[in-house]
Amino acid sequence: MGSYILKRLVSAIPVLLGITVIVFLIMAMIPGDPATAILGSYATPENVEKLNRDLGLDKPLVVRYFIWLGNMLTGDFGRSFSLNRPVLDEILERFNATLILAGTAFVICSVLGILAGVISAAKQYGFADKAITFVVLIGISVPSFFLGMMMILLFAVNLRWLPVSGMYAIYGGGDLPDLAKHLVMPAFALAVVATGVIARLSRSAMLEVLRQDFIRTARAKGVGERKVLYGHALRAAMVSIIPVLGIQAGFVLSGSVFIEIVFQWPGVGRMLVDAILKRDLLLVQGGVVFVAACYVFFNICVDVAQSLLDPRIKT
Amino acid sequence: MTFLKLLFRNRLAAMGAVVLGLILLLVLAIPVLPLQDPDVTNTGNRFVPPFSEGHLLGTDHLGRDLLSRLLYGTRLSLGVGIFAALIAATIGSAVGIIAGYFGGRTDNIIMRGIDMLMAFPYILLALAIVAALGPGLLNALIAVAAVNIPFFARNIRGITVGLAGREFIDAARLAGMGHTRIILTELLPNVLSTIVIAMSTTVGWMILETAGLSFLGLGSQPPQADLGSMLGEARSALITDPHTSIVPGVMIFLIVMSINLLGDGVRDALDPRLRSGALSRPRAQTIVDRKSPVPADDGNGLLNIQNLETQFHVGKRIYRAVNDVSLFVNPGECLGVIGESGSGKSVTALSVMGLVASPPGVVTGGAVRYEGEDLLSANFESLRQKRGDKVAYIFQDPLSTLHPLYRVGDQLMEAIQVHHKVSDKDARAKAVELLKSVRIPNAESRIRNYPHEMSGGMRQRVGIAMALANDPDVIIADEPTTALDVTVQAQILALLDDLRRERGLAIIFITHDFGVVAQLCDRVAVLYGGKIVEEGTTTDILDHPAHPYTKRLMACVPELGGGKRELAAIPGLPPIVSDLPPGCAFAPRCEKATEACKEGAIPLEGSETRAVRCIHPEEEIA
Repeated sequence: MGSYILKRLVSAIPVLLGITVIVFLIMAMIPGDPATAILGSYATPENVEKLNRDLGLDKPLVVRYFIWLGNMLTGDFGRSFSLNRPVLDEILERFNATLILAGTAFVICSVLGILAGVISAAKQYGFADKAITFVVLIGISVPSFFLGMMMILLFAVNLRWLPVSGMYAIYGGGDLPDLAKHLVMPAFALAVVATGVIARLSRSAMLEVLRQDFIRTARAKGVGERKVLYGHALRAAMVSIIPVLGIQAGFVLSGSVFIEIVFQWPGVGRMLVDAILKRDLLLVQGGVVFVAACYVFFNICVDVAQSLLDPRIKT
Repeated sequence: MTFLKLLFRNRLAAMGAVVLGLILLLVLAIPVLPLQDPDVTNTGNRFVPPFSEGHLLGTDHLGRDLLSRLLYGTRLSLGVGIFAALIAATIGSAVGIIAGYFGGRTDNIIMRGIDMLMAFPYILLALAIVAALGPGLLNALIAVAAVNIPFFARNIRGITVGLAGREFIDAARLAGMGHTRIILTELLPNVLSTIVIAMSTTVGWMILETAGLSFLGLGSQPPQADLGSMLGEARSALITDPHTSIVPGVMIFLIVMSINLLGDGVRDALDPRLRSGALSRPRAQTIVDRKSPVPADDGNGLLNIQNLETQFHVGKRIYRAVNDVSLFVNPGECLGVIGESGSGKSVTALSVMGLVASPPGVVTGGAVRYEGEDLLSANFESLRQKRGDKVAYIFQDPLSTLHPLYRVGDQLMEAIQVHHKVSDKDARAKAVELLKSVRIPNAESRIRNYPHEMSGGMRQRVGIAMALANDPDVIIADEPTTALDVTVQAQILALLDDLRRERGLAIIFITHDFGVVAQLCDRVAVLYGGKIVEEGTTTDILDHPAHPYTKRLMACVPELGGGKRELAAIPGLPPIVSDLPPGCAFAPRCEKATEACKEGAIPLEGSETRAVRCIHPEEEIA
């Protein structure tokens, strides 16, 4: 087991390098002069040239990449000019909030999605199946940002059950119940699409498995229907559901951008959008690399979970 | 044509098509509709509510007519989304075809790059691209197209790899065609349908994604508006004037939903499995819907199958798999059921304990009596209690019939514990004992194996051990030795033979192999086209086959040391059970067939122990 984890960690290194190369190349396509963008159009040529030198922009592309990569490896992601603080400090502070939001949404979509899919398959063509299929269809078609806005309108403005936005109340908040209250709507709004996708896949995975010979064997042994469904079939279906959870985690993580804007959640997504609008490219670059790296690491966890579940995978 | 018919029989898909059609119609009609200018502001007329004079959907924060902005915005969103889908499909497919066609290093390098792109959480990559190019609708379009390229590249590459190895590509190469020509004239037409399907499933996402970027202020810039930026601008007035948000939001929802519905419909209509009903979930118990009265108990055997009829109802077609089959077996006796594949022998066996996949399987007549009680009328719980405990099955191909993710020991323990309140420790001890009884060496360590860690013969023994777990009275063995080599087969047959002598087991042994029948069975029934064509004691049947089919079937078995005798295959194919002839089902393949054979039903004639269904039997039966 340990050697398998190590192997997966080592195989992640080229992927992480690839990610840095892609981000670096995208940023290098920028039309115009980053120094001018930072200093504004009234900057003197001398100042522009000095900043270019300070930022290392006068060196060849390859050299610039390795300098940037080396700096990142030592924890130096550069300095955000719009916030005037180190990029990494800002990211770490923001990432916490994103992790709480995306993590909660991921748990919601996994649990609800699998549950809905299994029930749907168990009651195929019955009322529950039709109802779930219909709700799922709406869920995967509604834009999360629009759903979030409608939730605010209904639950915060009209019913006054939940706070409109933010992560903590401005006065007297800051504890866990306060966070939970603020978290409910954004987490659900973020989870809806992924829940639908997972429910659909779980349903078809269950139906696929239920036709297998080993299910007939279980029935021939005299195993009861409940255990056939939740013991034998679901266990086997999980093998094809888990990789999809990994993919959906990526959608949830990046989809938090929209939800963070709608609910004014102080996460990385909102930071990125602000940074793009302010043309603070170092912050964008650092944020994208950081989140992508976290996602790569998460996918390793998914692979390990998969290998624990399926003994046929050589560890 | 059937495709369109199938598509529109799906009511949801048809609904999607109608909604999408209406939206497209409205958008295309923009030039002729009496719309106000979408960009003319009138600050004295801000936030007019919907259904007002002159503004059907009201006005926005700058007093612009919402209906007009909605239609122009929809046109823009649809256009951008479709255009992005076209770009992604073109570039992605080109990359995929090149990777798949050239293979080798080209493929390796390209796919590595694609994998890298896919390592990003989706929107994040689009954000990075917009960050570099700067906010703007064109840049958002480029970003959305770019992040969707890997999806197309992967799909198309997969299909191209399969096609590139096919003969017609080799032929084109030999004919001296260049790479470009082969790709354009041979490969492209074959992958086009996949590209179209992939587009139909992704165009909705791409519309949603561009709307999302515009919503964030990174797409279309004022005063031009697509649906996303309309929603983004309306957000600040969400609480006071929600209609400005609801109008564009609902439109995005309608577009994406109708595209999804239509896409699902297209996919389903193209999936042959859905048409055959093969995606239905089999129930816990075969559906019993008897058209005829339940036959009275005739007191035969321990397990007594009487006039069984089992059919498969697929759409409007009816496959008559088992027709009026009667069989019985006594304690300590082995009954062989023999026939070609498709003769109905497995379905007969599975019908006994209600294990025929249902839907589509339905038992339409007869009775199955265990100690006189009709199992077809039994409720599920009483049937479940007999499954594995009184009547157990051994299946063919244990690699697919054992659960791949559970240790064999746990599967054995489960078989015991579903019927008896036994502690884990005792159940485990019993499992080891069972494995020993089927002569598996190192049983103590073997119970910790997964099925894939065992050999075929070992797995088959596990299957037998599982059937023996509760000391059943009857074992139904469905070709348990077919997947095995001859020596292992002989061992397993000997094992079964011992067990029935030691324990007084009744065995129904299903096979297509007369050699196996000769070794193990006391009596034999021969099945053809779902009907018993001949039955009798093994010696009678082997020495004096009466039905021409039995005789031909036996001629197919090569005899060891039999010299150069020709191996006689039976000409023709087994009958299609959805279209059985009124007379003898074997007549079309039979040398002795006359007109009389084809005319009407032929009865199974003879005694309870020896009977044949033929008007020109090879030998008169005693």
